[in-house]
Amino acid sequence: MTMPPVLSIDGLRVDYPLADGNNFCAVDDVSLSIQPGEIHALVGESGAGKSTVGNAIAGLIDPPGRITSGTILIAGKPLGGKGSDGIRLGRDIGVIFQDPMTSLNPLFTVGSQIVETVSYHLRESARASKESAIELLRTVEMPEPERRFSCYPHQLSGGQRQRVVIAAALSCNPKLLVADEPTTALDVSVQAQILSLIKRLADERQLGVLLVTHNMAAVAQIADRVSIMRSGRLLESGPVSRVLRAPQHDYARNLIQAVPRIEAPLRRLPVLSEKDDVGTSIQTILETRLGRREAAGSDALLTVSGLTVDYTTRNWLRGGHVHRALDGASFSIRRGEIFGVVGESGSGKSTLANVIAGLVRPTSGTITFDGRPLGANRDRDARRAVQMIFQDPYSSLNARMPVGEAIAEPIRFYHLASSRADSLSRARTLLEAVGLSGDMGERFPFAFSGGQRQRISIARALAAEPSLLICDEPTSSLDVSVQARVLNLLKDLRDTAGQTLLFISHDLAVVRQMCDRVAVMHAGCIVELADCETIFTSPKHSYTRHLMSCVPSMPISDCPPTHKKNASA
Amino acid sequence: MKALASRYLSLKIPVFVLAAGVFAGALTLVAVLAPFIAPYNPTNISSFNLADSEIAPLFLGGDDPRFVLGTDNQGRDLLSAIIYGARISLIIGAGAVLFATLLGMTLGLIAGYFGGWIDAVIMRVADVILSFPTILLALLISGIARALFPAAAEPEWAPIILIGAIGTHDWVQYARTVRASTMVESAKDYVRAVRVIGLPSRQIIFRHIVPNIMASVLVVATVNLATAMLTEATLSFLGVGMPPTYPSLGTLIRIGNEFMFSGIWWIALFPAITLVSLILATNVVGDWLRDRFNPKLRVRL
Amino acid sequence: MLRTLISRTGQTLLVLLAVSAIAFVTFRYVGDPVQLMVREDASFAEKERLREQLGLNQPVYVQYGRFISRVVCGDLGISYRNQRPVRDMLTERLPATLELVFVATVLALGIGIPLGIYSAIRRDGALARLLQLLSLIGMSTPAFVVGILLILVFSVHLKLLPSFGRGETVQVGWWSTGLLTASGWRSIILPAISLALYQLTLIMRLVRSEMIDVLSTDYIRYARARGLPRPYIHFKLALRNALMPAITVTGLQIGSLIAFAIVTETVFQWPGMGLLFIQAVTFVDLSVMAAYLLLVGLIFVIINIVVDILYVMLDPRLRGSAA
Repeated sequence: MTMPPVLSIDGLRVDYPLADGNNFCAVDDVSLSIQPGEIHALVGESGAGKSTVGNAIAGLIDPPGRITSGTILIAGKPLGGKGSDGIRLGRDIGVIFQDPMTSLNPLFTVGSQIVETVSYHLRESARASKESAIELLRTVEMPEPERRFSCYPHQLSGGQRQRVVIAAALSCNPKLLVADEPTTALDVSVQAQILSLIKRLADERQLGVLLVTHNMAAVAQIADRVSIMRSGRLLESGPVSRVLRAPQHDYARNLIQAVPRIEAPLRRLPVLSEKDDVGTSIQTILETRLGRREAAGSDALLTVSGLTVDYTTRNWLRGGHVHRALDGASFSIRRGEIFGVVGESGSGKSTLANVIAGLVRPTSGTITFDGRPLGANRDRDARRAVQMIFQDPYSSLNARMPVGEAIAEPIRFYHLASSRADSLSRARTLLEAVGLSGDMGERFPFAFSGGQRQRISIARALAAEPSLLICDEPTSSLDVSVQARVLNLLKDLRDTAGQTLLFISHDLAVVRQMCDRVAVMHAGCIVELADCETIFTSPKHSYTRHLMSCVPSMPISDCPPTHKKNASA
Repeated sequence: MKALASRYLSLKIPVFVLAAGVFAGALTLVAVLAPFIAPYNPTNISSFNLADSEIAPLFLGGDDPRFVLGTDNQGRDLLSAIIYGARISLIIGAGAVLFATLLGMTLGLIAGYFGGWIDAVIMRVADVILSFPTILLALLISGIARALFPAAAEPEWAPIILIGAIGTHDWVQYARTVRASTMVESAKDYVRAVRVIGLPSRQIIFRHIVPNIMASVLVVATVNLATAMLTEATLSFLGVGMPPTYPSLGTLIRIGNEFMFSGIWWIALFPAITLVSLILATNVVGDWLRDRFNPKLRVRL
Repeated sequence: MLRTLISRTGQTLLVLLAVSAIAFVTFRYVGDPVQLMVREDASFAEKERLREQLGLNQPVYVQYGRFISRVVCGDLGISYRNQRPVRDMLTERLPATLELVFVATVLALGIGIPLGIYSAIRRDGALARLLQLLSLIGMSTPAFVVGILLILVFSVHLKLLPSFGRGETVQVGWWSTGLLTASGWRSIILPAISLALYQLTLIMRLVRSEMIDVLSTDYIRYARARGLPRPYIHFKLALRNALMPAITVTGLQIGSLIAFAIVTETVFQWPGMGLLFIQAVTFVDLSVMAAYLLLVGLIFVIINIVVDILYVMLDPRLRGSAA
């Protein structure tokens, strides 16, 4: 290759001095290079230092952090060199951030935000830069670019905003594009469009792209090369086809295996290290101590029919505006099954969960639970029987209450224990059941990681001894390896204790791994409901097919799918 | 990264914040113990001797060792008057803060947790009150009180009216803060979780929400203590606060102001210094608390 | 936009109505106007006749209605103490207060905003830290103490500037202005500084914290990532976002400047409405109190509406949400 690489990083190290005098090394000895037209993915779990690498390239490391050693060359030159041929951020390097909702200044039109970049870097006249801005919007496939030019950010959808961000990043024909989680905040169908846009631009413009992401499937879809990071270090680097199929490093292998596949369901999801996996050890605890096994069968535990929820925004000048969040949903959940609900944001799946949990009052429709009607005002037994776990592990626990106390609260409230001491000992048992140690109950939530908090939330929900456990996106905020463990725990709950689950997710692969039957939701309606196998192998409804087509598929790795010990479970 | 950032920010208490805290604490202690510490009782008019009036402080050439900071126009020992004045300022400030906190927190919790029409009513009332500056509302209330209550009993009703007048304006800040925090907390998953568990509203509010919003209430209260003392001093200076027979620091400055042009400036200056340093110390602590516990909470009057 | 304006105007009208109700109650029920108006030795019949003349024997709502209609026509009653129409007394003194507030506002905004921006951009610099400390002192010093100190230093000690009054004034129509004479300007310096200082520190601190918040947002990071120059990011982009909340607060602050003028006018014997009001409060001159309240309420309403219009003009999210 005669051209110099658009990016070459050599021995990069980034340090954050801490208040206690110690040093936190966020990135340690990272080297990589990107050729023109190449998409290089940098993957890893949260805290791996992948975003810090991106920021270091763009010179956006916030103090007190700083680059302590190593070199970063863009097209053979360092950032910010002297003269007009020096490397300029914004002109020679384009940057895209994760959240298009907050990347654009709400007080200025999207057009002006592209124009200011063009006119500053290329010294173009006002008219010329407006024309190039509209041309750029056309390039990023923005519908009606002339009209969108004078729109404000709040008037555009998330996908459209990300297109504007990409247009501004590309406005000066950069050599390198740093894309930090560009699709994480977007719905799956928009995700697919943005990814293929980035791929096309890289090909057409010979643009080098550093794609910072945690999404393995996105990597498989568009990247040419991939580097895997952990704790600031680069573990493995190579062509995507090779690394995803046959990773060399243990961690890399585990990480790739832990990604839920949409192709075929597994008995258990592989996890990073076996000691973290609770596995079958909870079986005895759940069975003997709580006596929670319920007979699985085909009879319905919960039946909803014609459930509709309208949100009315009142306005005394224009009258009420009605938004129908849930439109006539009808289905039943059988005892002992995992019933999945899948859909994009705004499809009404969370509203459905909230109605069944009693948090939202339905406008019309009925819920029958265990043969009895379940309204918004329910008696103690009905309340106890339906419990819920939530998406965000950081806000789902009261920061000022020890976790044991939080778990004991429903036990005491429903008089499920004979004394205070008894309720605390039950809380210990539950903590053990979800794979934590019983004496952790005295600690406050801040002492736990995201995955551990989600386990505590599960323990708290189980404390009320519910018949139905609603899981609303229970692993969407978790890293992939942690997600595998929590999903396995939920599977175990059903397999060993016969717990009935309503499992809500936007992630088709996760749904495929978890559920027995699946309802697909779109715009408040259930468009298709069938066995999990049927939905994924022969989807009937056009929307379901569209959704499936948007999911990038991961190559099946060559390594054995599960650990030997787990395979016997 | 979050844990990293919080670790970086977990600074120790800066020296001058500590100094301000100690100073405010010491002054409060002196004020509380005023009857045991002050050399004279400045409210006992019969003990004054006009022959002692307008004596300069010792270090300004005053020749009477009984009066360290000199005397005012009635022969009142200025040091004692300042100690008692600080006491009155603190009592009224603390009283107003307590009144405003209780009222504001109650209304804020109700508005934030239940929402709906009751929220609308409370917040409209709050808006109306907020569009009036504290000083004007307080002037109005004490003006009306002046017309309703006998002038002779002024020392008795004046502190209560002042507490009421200042608190009637300041509760709005608590109500707004508490309402906003309550709404934020109520939307969080841990509150939704206990709602699903089925706990009654009372238990959710007091066991779960209140402990999580106390930090911001405390910050508002500290900042508010400073403004409450400032308002009290202003009202007393204007002559509608504490009467000259029971002077607060503001009243003392008012008295001193009349003698400033005759060169007797210390009657005004020493109470002013005490007042400003007391409020400053409170503000330093409040400012630090705000940055420390609730960076999002700002001075929005 | 129109919708927001109408609803905000409705709200401010509510404020005005509340104010007028308070004013009316003050006027009508606190103390007996008849008792205050007649001679000490007036007979019962004389009092009753006056009561009837004033309409005080009619139902409350009728009285309130008449009170409102009188106020709308500009009849604010007669001062018990001075036996003069309150309206004349207020119009006489309005210019003095408004000029004082105007100069103080210009000072507070003109100095407070730049200092706030500076201390946000150089937030760890020595000067910015000093400014933070000074602003705390400014926030802790009551306006009257500032006034007294200024008089002590500049009038009593240095004998540079006058300590009371407006100096020479010039009549422009019914408006008497002090801003056209040298002595008028010399007179307004100290009162304006003492009035502005507290608001100045508030505005400075507010702009600083808003600016710091804005500078850490994603869209400013994104502007940096596009390589835009720092002055452009700070003054063209971030300042506009930071000033949005500052506008609301500034509106409220101008309102409180009018109220705080009461204090400044007392310290400097400035012949404005505030001085009139405080005298009315001390002598329980209720009709003056009520009228002052109504006038100030009206000014607040006007300020509020101006602030709302500005806000809507600057924030596209509030303009036609239908797009």
